[in-house]
Amino acid sequence: MGIDLILKVAGIGLLVGILAMVLSEAGKKEQAQMVTIAGVIVVLYIVIQGIADLFVLIKSVFKLY
Amino acid sequence: MEIAQIVGLAIIVTVISAVLKQIKPEMALQLSILAGVAIFLVVMDKIRLVIDLLQKLADQANVNSYYLFIVLKIVGVAYLAELGCQICRDAGENALATKVEIAAKIFVVVLAIPIIVAVMESVMKLLA
Repeated sequence: MGIDLILKVAGIGLLVGILAMVLSEAGKKEQAQMVTIAGVIVVLYIVIQGIADLFVLIKSVFKLY
Repeated sequence: MEIAQIVGLAIIVTVISAVLKQIKPEMALQLSILAGVAIFLVVMDKIRLVIDLLQKLADQANVNSYYLFIVLKIVGVAYLAELGCQICRDAGENALATKVEIAAKIFVVVLAIPIIVAVMESVMKLLA
């Protein structure tokens, strides 16, 4: 958790952005949208894992059972 | 010096999300959510120390720890609601943020019911 995960997510975001641009330039609009959706899902997976860790920690710290 | 790391992280994420906003706005949003979660995780350990201290003080003053737990729960609910509400506002969903705020307020009042009842009883005892 921390800087490495954040930079990984930033990298994925930039990569997906550029890939989508290249694909849409090459006339393949659908593939561009597919790549965008795939990128969003992968990043969402990472973010949800982070949020799950946070919620478990908050439950234990604040005794929010 | 944890605060230097947190501030550095926040500045880096701000710059990256500024760049990412032009290319992929949804990625920038998820990046800021992840950064918020990461900073919260660092802060959570410090909060645990404060809560342990509060517990020790409450035990020494032999205050009933039941009420301390309620206060802790309320702080936890407020903390989480604030996280969710700010993220929704960041994304421009003000209506959703208000809903989360209202729900949090209701949960806090529900959690505070035992304390309110206790206060009322003690007031009645004084008056009657």
